[in-house]
Amino acid sequence: MNFADLWKRSRTGVFAVAMALVVGILLLLVAGANPFEALGVIIDGSLGSTARFGDTLMVWAPLVLAAAGLLITFAAGLWNIGVEGQIVFGAIAASLVAREVSGPTWLIVTLALLAGFAGGGFWAFLAGLLRTYGKVNEIFGGLGLFFVAQALAVYLVLGPWKRPGVASTSGTEPFPRESWLPTLGSTRLSWVAVLVAVIAVLVVFYLLRGTRFGLRLKAVGKNMRSAFLLGIPTGRYMLAAFALGGGLAGLAGAVQATGFHHKLVPSISGGYGFLAILVAMLAGYAARWIAPIAFVFAMLAVGSTLLPLKLGLDSSVGGVLQGVLVLFTILAQGWQARRQNRSDGVAAGPPEPPIVPGEVG
Amino acid sequence: MEATLASILAASTPLIFIVIGETITEKAGVINLSLDGTVLLSAMVGFAGAYESGSVIVGFAAAALVSALAALLVAYSSIALRLNQVAVGFVLFQLTGEMSAFLGDPYVRVPGPTVTYRPIPLLEDIPFVGKVFFQHDLVVYGSIVLIFVTYWFMFRTRRGLKLQAVGERPEAAHSRGVPVNRLRYLYAAGGGALVGMGGAAYSLGAKIGWSEGHTTGLGWIALAIVIFGGWHPYRAAFGVYLFGALQFSAIKLQDVFPDLTQVLGTLPFPIMIFTLVLVYSDQVRSLTDRYPALRGILGSDPPSAIGTRFDVD
Repeated sequence: MNFADLWKRSRTGVFAVAMALVVGILLLLVAGANPFEALGVIIDGSLGSTARFGDTLMVWAPLVLAAAGLLITFAAGLWNIGVEGQIVFGAIAASLVAREVSGPTWLIVTLALLAGFAGGGFWAFLAGLLRTYGKVNEIFGGLGLFFVAQALAVYLVLGPWKRPGVASTSGTEPFPRESWLPTLGSTRLSWVAVLVAVIAVLVVFYLLRGTRFGLRLKAVGKNMRSAFLLGIPTGRYMLAAFALGGGLAGLAGAVQATGFHHKLVPSISGGYGFLAILVAMLAGYAARWIAPIAFVFAMLAVGSTLLPLKLGLDSSVGGVLQGVLVLFTILAQGWQARRQNRSDGVAAGPPEPPIVPGEVG
Repeated sequence: MEATLASILAASTPLIFIVIGETITEKAGVINLSLDGTVLLSAMVGFAGAYESGSVIVGFAAAALVSALAALLVAYSSIALRLNQVAVGFVLFQLTGEMSAFLGDPYVRVPGPTVTYRPIPLLEDIPFVGKVFFQHDLVVYGSIVLIFVTYWFMFRTRRGLKLQAVGERPEAAHSRGVPVNRLRYLYAAGGGALVGMGGAAYSLGAKIGWSEGHTTGLGWIALAIVIFGGWHPYRAAFGVYLFGALQFSAIKLQDVFPDLTQVLGTLPFPIMIFTLVLVYSDQVRSLTDRYPALRGILGSDPPSAIGTRFDVD
């Protein structure tokens, strides 16, 4: 590949990163901060020491798990915005195991992760049932279930699982030590979490790339009517996509509960589900880009928590940069396609998933 | 009783603006999924604008402008760039929400100006009705007027007919000389501006002040109520007041079950969304098929061209 080709292929990405930097710098200047100092704090705060690198990977793991799950539902043409709820319910299921089961660590951890997968998968399956049988659009069914899962978590934290004596939104009593995900050295980094995330990406990559199931799933996502006429049971495929995708999100919840907080807290999902949707979008819905993009997002998330302390800035800087980056990437793709169409004189736009969110009936 | 109804009416005001605004936008065929973030940002901008200028009107105008820009961006990316409205809306949801936290940092829990209480003379003395409807501020009155004006505009004027045509049958509208995409921009911006005013109504009237995540959930519930309301201003308003009543009873129940305070606060959200399940169930469908007269109350079909693109060539 010569240089011109390389530039052609990467210019939307370069443009988006440049625009994100420009907007980010402008915003920081408005807030009266030195942009480069802020960037330095973010990088130092996320990679500056072994402990911080470990923290970044502990955000990376759930983010990758949720994003990998979303690729499955996106392949089926589904907007699984209920992914947050699936993380929460997976965390609840894993917490139940961590609280109630006693035994060696390997057993409890395995059971907790399995429970997380089952819990998240079950919660997504409900959204799938609403979609396929209740004709409720998955965006709203999923959101409704997210609010239910959230209410359930709050109820458990303040009610049946409250700390002896004081009910507090800071969470339940920490789980017994045996049910914590094993960590490396003195860091908070759990190798189990990272391993599970890596396996999840590989499985999803293979599933969508090299299997009959993946091929048919993509057929359902690209054109449900044709897929149905070709004899694919579209309803069952959508339900399977929900169950698998939700299961991976549930694993993210299990990692959050047993590997990060070591207890159930009301905000157990940490917003990673919504963030994972952005990761999947920025990755162009391709599994091979999930891991690096999630890493940049994790760096921004972890690094910017130091900003209030060091520069007196709000920690939402990281979130703003993530949003700007994705927004300009999508817009740049649109601009490029438009320019190409103009020079080619063709009216056809880029392929667009046939998703109509208002279409409930 | 009067006090209860009056407080439900006042508390529902922001959501009326948001839901009516999004109904207009969607009626033209554009879905603005960014609502939950846009409302946050406009609530923050509304408060900050009023705080800095000392004028509530400036706050409302600034909020309307910001929110209209967000809606325009969704329309632009769909019409001009052929991008997926849901994708762009979702990114904007995340981005505007984070920006509200970032830009709103200096205004957290700062006391600021509010909409002034202005009972309507004479009318407020009417027994019952006066207390429920005429002892509020101008924004509350405005929200009630908005419901009726929107209905009148949509279903009783030529422009309203064109608005419906653009969302239902863009090809037909185009062949009759209606500028489909120009009207979509217009109504996306107009609806967006109303959404922004709803955000400002929240931070300057219903729940005064700003803190991070001040309106979280309001945008999602508004999107659900637009569907519940079947893209009709009256039914949408009914949905908003029903949600207000649910929230009010949830607060009342907190006295009965003090242990469940936090849980009860979140319950109206799932309840409202699962009402959608009921509205769209096959039973309700077959009922409206058998008794077409019920369709106005129960049935609800989205504008047929919603979320789609219309190319002139």
